[in-house]
Amino acid sequence: MMLPYFIIIPLLAAFLITLIGGKRDIWGIALSMIATAALLIMSLVSFLQLRGETIVYEMGNWQLPLGIALVMDSLSGFMLIIVSLVALTSVVYSIQYVRHLGQDFKYYALFMFMLTGMNGVILTGDIFNLFVFMEIALFAAFALVAYGCRAEEYEAAFKYAIMGAVSSTLILIGIGVLYSATSTLTMARIAQAIPGLPSQIVLWIGGLFLAGFGLKAAAMPFHAWLPDAHSSAPAPISSMLSGVLIKVLGIYAIIRLFFNVFDAPSAFLTIFIVIGSASILISGFLAIIQWDFKRLLAYSSISQIGYILLGMGLATPLAILGAVFHLFNHAIFKSLLFYDAGSVELALGTRDLQKLGKLGKLLPVTSGTSIIASLAISGIPPFNGFFSKLIIILAAIAAGQPVLALLAILGSILTLAAVMKIQRYGLRQDVDVAPVEKIGLGMNIAMILLAVICIVGGLLIAPGIREVALDPVVNVILEKAEYVQMVLGR
Amino acid sequence: MNKTGMTLIVKTVTRITVWMILLYGFYIILHGHLTPGGGFGGGVILALALLNVLLAYGRDYTGKWLNIPLLEHVESASALLFLVVGFLGIVVAGSFLANFLSKGQLFAILSAGTIPLLNIIIGFKVAMSLFLVVWVLAGIKMSKGDAV
Repeated sequence: MMLPYFIIIPLLAAFLITLIGGKRDIWGIALSMIATAALLIMSLVSFLQLRGETIVYEMGNWQLPLGIALVMDSLSGFMLIIVSLVALTSVVYSIQYVRHLGQDFKYYALFMFMLTGMNGVILTGDIFNLFVFMEIALFAAFALVAYGCRAEEYEAAFKYAIMGAVSSTLILIGIGVLYSATSTLTMARIAQAIPGLPSQIVLWIGGLFLAGFGLKAAAMPFHAWLPDAHSSAPAPISSMLSGVLIKVLGIYAIIRLFFNVFDAPSAFLTIFIVIGSASILISGFLAIIQWDFKRLLAYSSISQIGYILLGMGLATPLAILGAVFHLFNHAIFKSLLFYDAGSVELALGTRDLQKLGKLGKLLPVTSGTSIIASLAISGIPPFNGFFSKLIIILAAIAAGQPVLALLAILGSILTLAAVMKIQRYGLRQDVDVAPVEKIGLGMNIAMILLAVICIVGGLLIAPGIREVALDPVVNVILEKAEYVQMVLGR
Repeated sequence: MNKTGMTLIVKTVTRITVWMILLYGFYIILHGHLTPGGGFGGGVILALALLNVLLAYGRDYTGKWLNIPLLEHVESASALLFLVVGFLGIVVAGSFLANFLSKGQLFAILSAGTIPLLNIIIGFKVAMSLFLVVWVLAGIKMSKGDAV
């Protein structure tokens, strides 16, 4: 039973780092590397061993109506792989980048707390436990956003903390209403009780959860905190926040609650489509007008979250497949783009696109990987982003919604324009610039690794691999009754 | 007699009551499995006793009276101990945090398996965390209009 170790390992690493960290960061680096590498191996092994089954782990030997259970199905396993993959590259990338901000073990301890929280959210089968783990991840994220200790970073972290507190309050109220209506906090038992409830209560709870988790996912009307927080954080943390945190706390929780627990009420599916389309279009335009490298990427994150929500809102098997695949792809190429932005910032000391210049020779790895990531995010074949966007567009046409398909294509063109702006001004402007600092091996390895995944990631959709990698995840999302049966009926 | 901190009356009362408050905190922690309260509540009381000293005597005196780095180590170590107890549950009883000690006589102080042990660990963790948070915040010097 590997389930509790996904939470124990990062937690153990976090407290060991604070205990033996000392004045230097070497223990922090060593322990967090070991922890993230172990998590990646464990998540890959356990996903392959699952084969579409569901594992339930009862904490402290307490049987389910009484105790808290950890539940691992294909969706959880898939999310764990994404989190561990981005976390490992982020730690490798951090070694040089964070030394730039000061040699301290605290960064790695906070990083491990954030990982603990995310793994907990993914694995728990109890809705209040989900809330607690979410808060662990959020509080670590607030501190990490402010890690650089400059005025704008404090401001961004404060804004993030206020918005996070508002959304957590909404979610807590929702959990309270749900508990008073169903007398249980185990998600599978709530799912059993939902059909017997008056539909108004379900609508109210769903509204509270949609606003709360929507704020965490930064979908369009709830997005105001994201551009500040994600552009002010240190680059490896930006990639964790944009790549996985908004997906785990926002998208994963929405999928789990609205599909597995609430049985996908059609009113909310329509709302997903509306929010998703608004996110794609509006933040697509907002991204183009940015001149700050990381802020542009942050706006484009909102737009890509819109694609995932659009796919979920269509709710056909093909659309869900596209959404799940896009979730994976976006984690990879957006993290890579943030790494590129971070290394440009480290090398030149600025991330203002107008002040950057000819970087092809100075930073060959950065400019090379940024082309790959830019083409992938704007959906150019043969990179991974092309396939997931194509599936979502085809699913929209197949569902009889050609307008949504057109909108998705338009969003893709907007994304292309935004990343071409980065390429034109940021990396290939005809201005000679002098680097302040050299980019080390660790940062380059992290970028190359993700770039390779960008290229081969499209293979996940290939026949033979798709049946193992993506289809079980789609089944978990669509087979709503199965979740209850798998967790309770043993 | 040092001049920092509050008046002599406050200091004298604090000097006497701090031990009583600490004792009460330990009582709450140790009886967590029998009466209302437990690790968190008792830990908050312990932290409040130390915060009383911080308020009455000021930060410099408290820094000399208490070994702050040691408290920081106690905080991290108690969290690790919690994980160790949970892990022993996996090794001995087959599930994380499962009970592996004798359940004992009902209403006796040594009963309820691992719960008193976990209460003590949580008590130390909560006491140190809450005290150190205020300690760190009290150390930040910021005058009006200061840029961060």
